[in-house]
Amino acid sequence: MALPKRIIKETERLMAEPVKGISAVPHEDNLRYFDVTIEGPEQSPYEGGVFKLELFLPDDYPMTPPKIRFLTKIYHPNIDRLGRICLDVLKGNWSPALQIRTILLSIQALLGAPNPDDPLANDVAQKWKEDQNAAIETARQWTREHAKP
Amino acid sequence: MDSENEYNSSQMSDDGFMEDSDVDMDDGECLLFAAVLSESDFEVEEEDDVGFETQDKDIKPTKHAYEVDFNVFSPADIHAQQDKQIAETSSILEQPPEATAILLRHSRWNKEKLVEAYLERREEVLEEAGLGEEVQKHPPKVMKVPGFVCDICCDDDEDMETFAMKCGHRFCVDCYKRYLRTKIKDEGEAARIRCPGDKCNRIVDSKSLDLLLPPDLRDRYNELINRTYVDDKENLKWCPAPNCVYAVDCKIKDRELMRIVPTVHCNCGHYFCFGCTLNDHQPAPCALVKKWMKKCEDDSETANWISANTKECPKCHSTIEKNGGCNHMTCRKCRNEFCWMCMGVWSEHGTAWYNCNRYEEKSGHDARDAQARSRQSLERYLHYYNRYANHEQSAKLDKDIYLKTEKKMTQLQNSTGMSWIEVQFLDAASQALQQCRQTLKWTYAFAYYLARNNLTEIFEDNQKDLEMAVENLSEMFEKPIDQLKGLKRDMLDKTAYCNKRRIILLDDTATNLKDGEFSCAFGMMGFNVTLP
Repeated sequence: MALPKRIIKETERLMAEPVKGISAVPHEDNLRYFDVTIEGPEQSPYEGGVFKLELFLPDDYPMTPPKIRFLTKIYHPNIDRLGRICLDVLKGNWSPALQIRTILLSIQALLGAPNPDDPLANDVAQKWKEDQNAAIETARQWTREHAKP
Repeated sequence: MDSENEYNSSQMSDDGFMEDSDVDMDDGECLLFAAVLSESDFEVEEEDDVGFETQDKDIKPTKHAYEVDFNVFSPADIHAQQDKQIAETSSILEQPPEATAILLRHSRWNKEKLVEAYLERREEVLEEAGLGEEVQKHPPKVMKVPGFVCDICCDDDEDMETFAMKCGHRFCVDCYKRYLRTKIKDEGEAARIRCPGDKCNRIVDSKSLDLLLPPDLRDRYNELINRTYVDDKENLKWCPAPNCVYAVDCKIKDRELMRIVPTVHCNCGHYFCFGCTLNDHQPAPCALVKKWMKKCEDDSETANWISANTKECPKCHSTIEKNGGCNHMTCRKCRNEFCWMCMGVWSEHGTAWYNCNRYEEKSGHDARDAQARSRQSLERYLHYYNRYANHEQSAKLDKDIYLKTEKKMTQLQNSTGMSWIEVQFLDAASQALQQCRQTLKWTYAFAYYLARNNLTEIFEDNQKDLEMAVENLSEMFEKPIDQLKGLKRDMLDKTAYCNKRRIILLDDTATNLKDGEFSCAFGMMGFNVTLP
């Protein structure tokens, strides 16, 4: 199937004007599949870490949101053990006017602002609420251990 | 329920009339039906008067304590209802019908609340419903915009047609259509489709939809719109039967479900409970049905088996099944030594090794007590469960037999010269059997939760009577085809009796339930307590 113009344009733009701290490179044999890296935002427990993600554009993209998953282990209340992400724009609040770029920025923002009130990883969220400092420390430790640049 | 009986019986009496036109219908072949008819018909007439008083002949007459009022609506009725409400509200709000429709759907068809909110804070209500601040009379239109690039497909064709609602998020018409298709076809949305623009809460109004919706999506869209109406209305529910298009209106509120079992009868023939939309489960209330099903489905049976066939280590409470050997037990986990017979500590046995004579000792007493209780409760549960499952199974078998009999009905017609109408008694019998078995099934689930008192005894008497009647009829049903003709009178008789017993049981139980006379074996009837 020919790649829609939209995907070509988006890919071109991602390459030509990369976003700071984010990279997304399509596979050569499958241009709908991207290797993504996101740098942990400054001032967050994920600072200094580089997180790998995979991103896939389904057939009906952009009518349906891209499928994204963390590959690097991460301690975060909205990201579960399998790397799945709880983010409104990846679900009900998806708009076809959104792009890979905007979604990745949203994920980066999520790293900077965890939301334990809408958890995906219940145990992490609970820890986050009970003892935030300890949770943040765990997140730092995991970042050091697993998200080496 | 009863309406079905009525329906059958009146149909049958007509049939009888045709077949025995020389015999006085009321005294002849249809005497049996007369019994049923005289009772139900008479009451229908009585209730009809009430119907006239309320000027609403759609209201089904309530004849028995176990029946509830309900109406069945076709898709056209539902559509008309919506249109009517939209028209009414439209004139109050002084908004065009499309906008009113969106507002009504947004407020989940609560007209009073909408009107009140609208009058108080008009702008806010409009904004929340996705209508923006100004709803002007400019009809939405498709147009070409020079130099436009669609954010969705990235096309920049000069001739491209584009569309935007008042919010100004402009996309090409093809993308807009694809978006609507995804929303309607894949996601099943209709009433609250938002503008495709990012973070835009504006809802695509019906004028815009008229303009953009491809014809093949229209039916689906209308269906979905109807669906949201029914889903939003508390007193409306879809008939859960496969492929059924009707919705049922019933005024029974959730909090009444502890005392009323609102079985409704859809025009498609399906009987279901309005409270939980499961198949008819009279006389058992919804909450109890839920508990019962859960109990039967999950591992509670396994749990019961465990508690009946194993013992716990008195110290660490590990579950132990003794499969041989002597009574001197050493827990593999905590190394506690105890006697399997009395559950007491082994060292207290003194020198009486392997011969437990300390049965009355306190330490073992409690453990044995718990054991006995759990065995008893398992047996009790199994008693009811077996009967429940038996009726479920039998109903299936009866149905199978009926399907076979249906073929034989044709044979019967050929061999004995009976007409098609004359063999319909088998159909009536089969229906009665299944309906009664359905009821019987649930009487056992119900009885499981009942505390023993005089009412329970009456209930069980009723249950027994119905059960006997059903088994008698069921037995006849299995007779070879050549005997069936001779049994016709008897079968009709038994069918009527079954139906009657069923009505009596349901009526009695429903009355007591309504009056809160039953009490639950595991606490107060009300079933909001935790049941085992």
